[in-house]
Amino acid sequence: MSSATSKSRHTTRGRPRLYTNYASEMAIFNTGAKRLWILIGFFALVILPFLLDRDMVSLGAKVLIFAIGGIGLNLLTGYAGQVSLAHAFFLGIGAYTAAVLGGEARGGVIGLGWDMAIWLPLAGLVPAIVAAVIAPLAARVRGLYLAILTLGLVFIGEHIFKEAKPITGGAGVGRAPAEPVFLGFDLFANYEVFGIEIDRYTMLFFTCLVIFVVMALLARNFTRSRFGRSFAAVRDRDIAAEVMGVSLLRTKTLAFAISAFYAGIAGALFSIVIGRISPETWNFFLSVDFLAVIFIGGLATITGSIMGAIFVVMLPQLVNALTRYLPIDPGVGGGGLLNVFELQSIIFGVLIVVFLIVEPRGLYGLWLRVRNYFKAWPFSY
Amino acid sequence: MGELLASLMRGLGTGGVYAMLGVSFVIIYRATGVVNFATPALMILGAFFTGYFGVSIGLPFIVSVILAMIVLAAIGLASERIALRPMVGRPAFSAATVTVGLFIVFLVLAGRLLGSELLVVNDPFGLNTLDVLGARIFTVDIARLIVGLVAIGLVGLFLTRSRTGLAMRATAFDQETSLAQGINVGRMFGLSWGIAAAMAALAGAMLVAGSSGVETTFALVALKALPVIILGGLDSIKGSVVAGIIIGIAESLTRTYQPQFAPWLGANFDVIVPYLIMIIVLMVRPYGLYGTKEVVRV
Repeated sequence: MSSATSKSRHTTRGRPRLYTNYASEMAIFNTGAKRLWILIGFFALVILPFLLDRDMVSLGAKVLIFAIGGIGLNLLTGYAGQVSLAHAFFLGIGAYTAAVLGGEARGGVIGLGWDMAIWLPLAGLVPAIVAAVIAPLAARVRGLYLAILTLGLVFIGEHIFKEAKPITGGAGVGRAPAEPVFLGFDLFANYEVFGIEIDRYTMLFFTCLVIFVVMALLARNFTRSRFGRSFAAVRDRDIAAEVMGVSLLRTKTLAFAISAFYAGIAGALFSIVIGRISPETWNFFLSVDFLAVIFIGGLATITGSIMGAIFVVMLPQLVNALTRYLPIDPGVGGGGLLNVFELQSIIFGVLIVVFLIVEPRGLYGLWLRVRNYFKAWPFSY
Repeated sequence: MGELLASLMRGLGTGGVYAMLGVSFVIIYRATGVVNFATPALMILGAFFTGYFGVSIGLPFIVSVILAMIVLAAIGLASERIALRPMVGRPAFSAATVTVGLFIVFLVLAGRLLGSELLVVNDPFGLNTLDVLGARIFTVDIARLIVGLVAIGLVGLFLTRSRTGLAMRATAFDQETSLAQGINVGRMFGLSWGIAAAMAALAGAMLVAGSSGVETTFALVALKALPVIILGGLDSIKGSVVAGIIIGIAESLTRTYQPQFAPWLGANFDVIVPYLIMIIVLMVRPYGLYGTKEVVRV
């Protein structure tokens, strides 16, 4: 961790790829350009909510939440190679843990009204524990068998959510999510700092931003650790990994638990953004959304998960902007060739197919191509 | 007694449809090593075209089913050629994810074609019943079972008796060796997608027959064929038939008796029974009843 901040003098002298010690080569931000752009990006994210309207700010919060969940799924599917369609199930557990601990008891549902400082970590821990219990079963099967097993989990989870009425409010009814009060500080109130008014949407965005930055850095560091390398070993050749002393059971359990932790946090935050949660939210299609985040973004990259999240969440906006130029009905009814929602779904499906065929490394792969082109210019490689 | 018999027969009927869907998965899995998650959407498209030829154009049920199967076979062939062929030699899960993308596209397409109406086919069965030993049995369930068994039997005959079927089995066994023997492996892939899509269309038509109309989200029912193929074994057609019937009956018996004996399990518990069976089977016999055990090497 300390190496991330130690600075190699050479990086400042226009020779970014000359490393004189291991620490600087292994640093997360190992080039000056990366540090500069991260800094610019961070300031842009801090300023952005004040320039955009509140719908876009909410959408921004949703991007960050999808990025957190996407990073979790990428740790499991991209790094450890364990395909999971059960991500929505763990998001649901996180959301309901948060709602029970931090929500209000109203309309027959349980709500303890605790502080966010308590319910947020628990919203991650409870799904992680559930995943750790299920993982030994999942560790017995591989590849597509695992995909089908986790698909079953989504349907069983949806049924449990619909039936556990004191916790979830029941099918079609739902309940209110947790209240974001952090150490007595209500994140949903309006504040004025240095004469700048901060409304609840901006506040929520910043909350998500802080959690996202912490969790993304943790994930990035994790993948460089001993455990991260054991994930990759299990993904690339599980038997070879086992022969070399990597415990398959322990590694897979760890991967499932960490992925569920990220999913739980994302689920808790997601429930606050959407305002009211019904058991039908945590279905097969939400899992597919997260698969799309990591496949379109790029497997086994943290940056890719973020790119994928931006893409998947922003796609509807993009489509809305494009509708002016295409022969489609901009409304929701019939008439044109396709309406907006149908077009969104179709583009979504087609893009999954196209990315897998044309650029399996996803958006991150596209970015690598662009970067390498300029890095090697004027040579082709 | 009457209740039990009626429940069993309904289970057999649903089981026949599950078996057809299972075979649809198995054929593609054997040929290409991919689990085709687009099957539910292919099924609902098949049911739509059956309804289109039957209700809108007014052809007899059998003709419209056969026409729908031909249309779906063409769609299957096309999607294999466009979306799946470039994925040859890539990890199985990447190819399976491509089929998830296809699923979304086809489901939207079906929803668009259907519009705001409910999907119906002009089947001759309707809600007709027969009295057998005091039990009311829906004729559509008998039809489902018979059509399922006959269709799967025909596919089995085709695979074991015909020259092309032999080539398909050879491809499933070893792609490179088949290529060396002069088999057009790509064409076999396409053919298996065509047969599988036609099978899904038939299953869809039989599933919608006897109902008073369904929406496109009904497609998710086809995912219950996944527990079927896990129970039967991913690469066994015989397994699909046996497991389809087991799952169909288990589901039907749960629907009849669970509200009575175990109401605490909640409403519509029968919907998740197939998945529960699947998880138990995966724990005990990871390769199903008739599946081939996977040999792993370093």
